[in-house]
Amino acid sequence: MKIRTHADLEGLRAEGDALLHSARPRICVGMATCGMAAGAGAVFKAIGEAATASGLDVMLVSTGCIGCCQQEPVVDVRMPGQGRVVYARMTPEAGERLIAALSAGELPAEHAMAVIPEPGSALPEKPQGLSHLPRMEDLPFYKKQQKIILRNSGRIDPRRVEEYAAAEGYTALERVLLHLSPQETIDEITRSGLRGRGGAGFPTGKKWDLCSRAPGTARYIICNADEGDPGAYMDRTVLESDPYAVIEGMTIAGYAIGASEGYVYVRNEYPLAIERIHHAIEQAGELGLLGDNILGSGFTFSIDVVRGAGAFVCGEETALITSMEGGLSEPRPRPPYPAVKGLWGQPTVINNVKTLASIPAIVAKGADWYAGIGTEGNAGTVVFSLVGKVANTGLVEAPLGLTLDEMIHGIGGGGLDGRQVKAVQTGGPSGGCIPASLFHLPIDYASLSHAGSIMGSGGMVVMDEETCMVDVALYFLRFTMAESCGKCTPCREGTRQMVEILTRIVEGKADPGDLDLLEEVALWVKGASLCGLGQTAPNPVLSTFRYFRDEYDAHVNERRCPAGVCRALVRFAIAPGRCTGCGLCLRECSVGAITGEKKQPHRIDEALCARCRACYDICPEGAVEIAR
Amino acid sequence: MPTVTINGTSVTVPQGTLLLKAVEEAGITLPTLCHHDALSPYGACRLCMVLITAPRRALVASCAYPVEEDLAVETHSAEAVQARRLALEALMARCPRSHVIRNLAEREGVTTTRFGMPPSERADELCMLCGLCVRVCRDLIGAAAISFVGRGSERRVGAPFALQSDACIGCGACAEVCPTGAIRMEDRGDQRILHAWNTRIPLARCPGCGRFFTPAPTRFLKDMFPEMEAIWDVCPACRQERTARQWATEHPLIIQ
Repeated sequence: MKIRTHADLEGLRAEGDALLHSARPRICVGMATCGMAAGAGAVFKAIGEAATASGLDVMLVSTGCIGCCQQEPVVDVRMPGQGRVVYARMTPEAGERLIAALSAGELPAEHAMAVIPEPGSALPEKPQGLSHLPRMEDLPFYKKQQKIILRNSGRIDPRRVEEYAAAEGYTALERVLLHLSPQETIDEITRSGLRGRGGAGFPTGKKWDLCSRAPGTARYIICNADEGDPGAYMDRTVLESDPYAVIEGMTIAGYAIGASEGYVYVRNEYPLAIERIHHAIEQAGELGLLGDNILGSGFTFSIDVVRGAGAFVCGEETALITSMEGGLSEPRPRPPYPAVKGLWGQPTVINNVKTLASIPAIVAKGADWYAGIGTEGNAGTVVFSLVGKVANTGLVEAPLGLTLDEMIHGIGGGGLDGRQVKAVQTGGPSGGCIPASLFHLPIDYASLSHAGSIMGSGGMVVMDEETCMVDVALYFLRFTMAESCGKCTPCREGTRQMVEILTRIVEGKADPGDLDLLEEVALWVKGASLCGLGQTAPNPVLSTFRYFRDEYDAHVNERRCPAGVCRALVRFAIAPGRCTGCGLCLRECSVGAITGEKKQPHRIDEALCARCRACYDICPEGAVEIAR
Repeated sequence: MPTVTINGTSVTVPQGTLLLKAVEEAGITLPTLCHHDALSPYGACRLCMVLITAPRRALVASCAYPVEEDLAVETHSAEAVQARRLALEALMARCPRSHVIRNLAEREGVTTTRFGMPPSERADELCMLCGLCVRVCRDLIGAAAISFVGRGSERRVGAPFALQSDACIGCGACAEVCPTGAIRMEDRGDQRILHAWNTRIPLARCPGCGRFFTPAPTRFLKDMFPEMEAIWDVCPACRQERTARQWATEHPLIIQ
């Protein structure tokens, strides 16, 4: 069946609604990559088998990520007519017990984390026996969040277009194709204030406008899903959890700029995202939501998937284009910008996954609604993957303008194990480290850049007292050195030289002149590199230099690592008074450096010790001390 | 035609002129290794950095920057000089034995490098990855026999899998454009050897004098020049002799 009319679309929505609000218990298992890694596959299987065995008629659905990745595997259960109950850290056994309880007509309290009330339901919002549970939106992790990009993540089945349609999907496309001209569409996006969510924050409407006015024989829209920052996985999750939103966003963009072809450039390391976007494109094509005469409007649009071969530099738009054209993935000088001369020399818009996923929501609810979220010049929401040494990790979507403090201490719940947070690294390897003293800053493009970091695509790595900032800088520089394409001298040679100097520093072999040279090289690479990768590669060095110069000085002048991280500068010893002689460290030590009789204090042979930290991490008494 | 101010002096150049050329027009020579007039802008070596002061302030590679009206440039601002010097220092550390790089560096006032030297097995490195060989082979010759391999500081140039290239026609354009002499090419007996690409190309023998004189794969050019049919197979010396003899036969009176 093809969806050609409003009535067809309403029919599709009715089908989806019957699934979302099923008359059977609906059990959703979060099966994005984060959930799968935590064991959601086994939980899904156990629930399915238990339901079959007990003859319980349930609707078992594999959804995407609900955001609280730390609580995975997450399962949510909706009894007919009631709200959803979210179960965290599920196990296959708990899944079996869940089915047993459901068979008895009860919702178990075990593993239950929160409830999501059903709007307009006549029943009490918290099911019987679960009245102690908080509402999901009242959990500290969710309290300040606002979901636009992730509106459907973890709620709909990413393999069913009817569920997407029932969740207000295709409202925007219908409005655009039947009621707005391409220019009016562009104006709507411009008015919304949406800026590119890939990191640089270029106004999306302006980019579309430039492209639509540039001369060419064809135009293209490319979805950049070549996400590669260490610790960042927002784009992957959107593709895995809500691929139709990206497709709808691309179709609207295609209509606005006059493109009939779109491409999703996705890294090959994301097999599940590739599978889901492929499936979604195929399904949309079968229903006529892609292809000729979409919704009877006469507009034709198709989407292909191009898989990247794992080069970080392809996140840079000109390198991405060269790669798509079959060339070596290296950037080229701009101007000309892709909006004027892009893929195959034709005007091309390249938008990030999250930018495109925002489009349908903006068009459906109106530019003014979106412009009212966030702060002046920073409209809307951003998605961060909050990771590192923070109590609550996961995918967070919040309005721009939220302060770093609200993000890290509010949503993130502060440091891990109650430790003091020292800094946060935003923007991945291209970003910088912002110290805790600046956590009053709002999260927006200008503030982060002023503080020496960038918004970036949304990586947010929290660091505490046990993080060495020199070691962090070295880690990111090693990454950019390996990922530099090698085309231009500053990026290729400069990152290598910075890694060499930083290595000398963490090994205690540097002299004070090295610090000046390091800064000189960092400023050169930033100022003289050809593309964004090189121009931002020194940020981790420059920002740690700016805020944590004392740590560099300690390494160089005192041969000391204050965080106790740099192997060459630390010594491990066991405090005899605290050691109970349990022998855990002795068994854990892979080089046999620890000796001691049972129940007697152990000791570490410094000559043999590889300083791997294993004893420190395993000791239940905290008896292993690091001399820093 | 846009007028550009270079170090305070106005120069008028045709639309689309690259800034590097406009700067040369003003009598200033900037170091450059990756630029070639016959190839499109590439902007890789970053030796020709200059500071634009208007219409906005930016450090740019002049070889990849087309001039615009009212552009003002400082070629010897502190930022630009520093960028050129550091690039030269870095290249000196990469190719410690390159005279070309050392001479360019000396002209910019750099005599030593503060950077770590390459490991001993790379001490003879002369290639600084300007990519001229790759681009001339692909964009002008159309053979695309060589390309970049690896990335970052592991990047180098070579034929696929470092094996004998079956796309190379032995024209030697790569060796010709290489600014640092990193590509060694040698004609030995009936073979042309391109040491850098691990490739040997058979040479064609002149039926006139019996000498080997041109790479055999270039013979496809014959179809492109039908007027040279009669003299195609012979070497330049024999070709000269034959042409002269033919001319003399056709113009006997003049000879007398």
